[in-house]
Amino acid sequence: MAFFTLVLRRTVYGLILVFAVILLNFILIHIAPGDPAEMLAGEMGGATQEIMASIRTAYGLDKSIPEQFLIYLGRMSRGDMGTSFYYNQPVTQLILQRIPATLSLSITALLMAIILGIILGTIASQNPQGWFSGLVTVGSIAGFAAPVFWVGIMLLILFAYLLPLFPSFGIRTVALTGGSIIQALDFLHHLVLPAFTLAIVFLAQYSRLMRASMLDVLGSDFVRMLRAKGLSERVVVYKHGMKNAILPVITIAGLQFSMVFGGAIIVETVFNWPGMGQLAYESILRRDHPLLLAILFFSAIIVIIVNIITDLSYRLLDPRIKGEH
Amino acid sequence: MSKSIKFSLVLGLGLLLLFTVPLGSFADTPKKGGTLSIVHSQFVHLNSAIQSGVATMVPGAQIFAGLIRLDEKFQPVPYLAKSWETSSDGLTWTFRLVNNATFHDGKPITSEDVAFSLETVKKNHPFGVAMFGAVDRVETPDPHTAVFKLNKPTPSLLPSLSPVLMSIIPKHVYSSPEPIRTHPANIKPVGSGPFKFSDYKPGEYLILDRYDKFFIPGRPYLDRLIFHIMKDPTSVAISLERQRTHYQAYAAISRDIDRLEKLDHIKVTRKGYEAIGPLSWVAFNVRNKPLDDIQVRQAISYSIDRKFINQKLHMGRSAPATGPLHHGSPFYSGDVEKYDLNLDKANKLLDQAGYPRKDKGIRFSLMMDYEPTSPEVQKNIAEYIREALQPVGIDVKLRTSPDFPTWTRRISNWDFDLTIDTVFNYPDPVIGVHRTYICSNIKKGVMWSNTQGYCNPKVDEILEKASMEKDFVKRKALYAEFQKMVTQELPVAWTFELPYHTLYHRDLGNPPLTVWGAMGPFDEVFWVKEPK
Repeated sequence: MAFFTLVLRRTVYGLILVFAVILLNFILIHIAPGDPAEMLAGEMGGATQEIMASIRTAYGLDKSIPEQFLIYLGRMSRGDMGTSFYYNQPVTQLILQRIPATLSLSITALLMAIILGIILGTIASQNPQGWFSGLVTVGSIAGFAAPVFWVGIMLLILFAYLLPLFPSFGIRTVALTGGSIIQALDFLHHLVLPAFTLAIVFLAQYSRLMRASMLDVLGSDFVRMLRAKGLSERVVVYKHGMKNAILPVITIAGLQFSMVFGGAIIVETVFNWPGMGQLAYESILRRDHPLLLAILFFSAIIVIIVNIITDLSYRLLDPRIKGEH
Repeated sequence: MSKSIKFSLVLGLGLLLLFTVPLGSFADTPKKGGTLSIVHSQFVHLNSAIQSGVATMVPGAQIFAGLIRLDEKFQPVPYLAKSWETSSDGLTWTFRLVNNATFHDGKPITSEDVAFSLETVKKNHPFGVAMFGAVDRVETPDPHTAVFKLNKPTPSLLPSLSPVLMSIIPKHVYSSPEPIRTHPANIKPVGSGPFKFSDYKPGEYLILDRYDKFFIPGRPYLDRLIFHIMKDPTSVAISLERQRTHYQAYAAISRDIDRLEKLDHIKVTRKGYEAIGPLSWVAFNVRNKPLDDIQVRQAISYSIDRKFINQKLHMGRSAPATGPLHHGSPFYSGDVEKYDLNLDKANKLLDQAGYPRKDKGIRFSLMMDYEPTSPEVQKNIAEYIREALQPVGIDVKLRTSPDFPTWTRRISNWDFDLTIDTVFNYPDPVIGVHRTYICSNIKKGVMWSNTQGYCNPKVDEILEKASMEKDFVKRKALYAEFQKMVTQELPVAWTFELPYHTLYHRDLGNPPLTVWGAMGPFDEVFWVKEPK
């Protein structure tokens, strides 16, 4: 019952946050300099005053900002998020086309980073003064310091050009014939380089965090007691130690999901990965207000959901805070 | 005649033919089939009747046909119109359409569609009024005859009827109630050209397939065009090197081109941009002091070393611009003041204009803007000009715009002193040149109008005459006079002709290299040998 109340409370907080996000995004976007009509006219190679007026009328840009906000709210309440100024397509359709690409990239990168980070951190903690621990420490500092776009370009040159193991761009081989297994394998083949690029920054953090957390746990009283009871070192480290040391990594990973989304913008650009990050970046440059508002809305929803899930899983993993609110 | 003589004659004739026809011709005999993968950029939509810009016009020329097309010498050749004639006063043009042309939904292309397309372009295309303002109406006496009635002679009419400038769109599709700008068919077009729409994923790709009932028998040769929407230059270069893509047009200056050019399978050309005529210049806001003084503008122009831009900044790939017309234009005149680097003359002009050197040798300060999205042609040049004007005592402060809309807002609202800009000539000066210099086009809030605020009634008069002059030689003379005049008065200082490149696979036959280049139809393109 307490858990259900917690879920309900978190959801209500989440909804309030969503409304605040809608309001704030709308205000911020509309006070930013730059007119979408001018942008569209620029794409056309110029426009007469009559064409500019027709663009403004077609997209409702001739109305005042409060009027535009009310129209936007009215549409949102009907589940209509509007039509992209640039693409001339419903924004929901555009985003739904892109969400799978970004989610698959972000989740794969995050899972790669968590799993590898936990493994590397745990192994490094076994012998904190050893060469492997040193390697993890140096590697994590380098991984954290290297700019994502540079890592992406280096991996692209290494593994798509010099050693052409992976494709250099895109999410699929366009017009590839074959069944769903071939399509899925082709997708995974395209996913490896971008996901690994995105994972590197987070992998660096998690391996270091896991190493420190494991050292902390392995030095605690309950581990000493487990060892005194005669449990093998493997059981102490991999069963009891890891379970306790993993909590900070999970918490940080949950909180950082929004950062993975942010990093995806750069990775998507380098690898031509048709995801939300690239769409968001371009919609900012193009002053595509409906699309940008919808992306921010969807991103906020995803981050809020992930944070709620992290919060709840944290409670499930740690029995000590099960009853706490 | 004996049998042996006959045999010898036939053999001799055969051998003569064999050696007369270039060996390459056998290898280059067009073959059907294959897919061409093209590096492309994101487009707003595909309706080139209402949208200009490279991103729409390149696929637009494949999806939509036009009445004529231009050859390598700017000469119109039949396309949807099999023939045309004009009245002696130049006010009536009669176009006879081919009988077998159909839209991609199978409906016939008629003169009604021509009339509808012209009205649509005139009303909605950014150059609609410049191209067709003189067309009073289009009469349609029968389904295959379109008669254009003009209220003044318009020699620029024919080049304006190219597929990318007046795309023939289906009246039966676009006469539905949806506004043309947001019409669903803009994304899934029903075209009239050699390739039909097949699939589109924004940010990813556009696929066009061969239209089997295209009105030119046997064309197009290729089965499919795939436009890969790509942005990152490293990714683009690797895709060309690995032969995952085979064609890239509108590649500006980049070190990648030098590297790619050395590969066996890639050819690089600068041909195919004559109808676009891209010029880069420094625009002067002549409303502001001291830029209202011709001598100051001339001094600035004399301080710019165009050879340095060409050799050092552009690795020898650009060409210095000498005036308002691209050298590829049939109306280009080289008989103008060239403004070769001359700092003594620049200093003298500034002294004469009444701007002596003051503190630290500075005469006055100016602010310079540049369009932020293309560093090779904008930012680098702005930084160079800042340094170049220092020795003559002009202090230039660069103002960065965070993005394209901010820059266009500043320039179109005349909030600038100097700005770097790139503007296209298009195939006739009426379309792309007049707009920068005529007094009537000083329109606040409109980008690529006469944002400089330059006005000379004599220039207007010459351009008006040139826009109506039917005799090519006389028209060329009028444009030569115009070029001489504006290169004296300098509403802008032309710096270089933007060097666009086309990179294509060596096994591609008939790459589109007319004056429209990639903006021409790909119906003649074929694979000599398709890469695996």
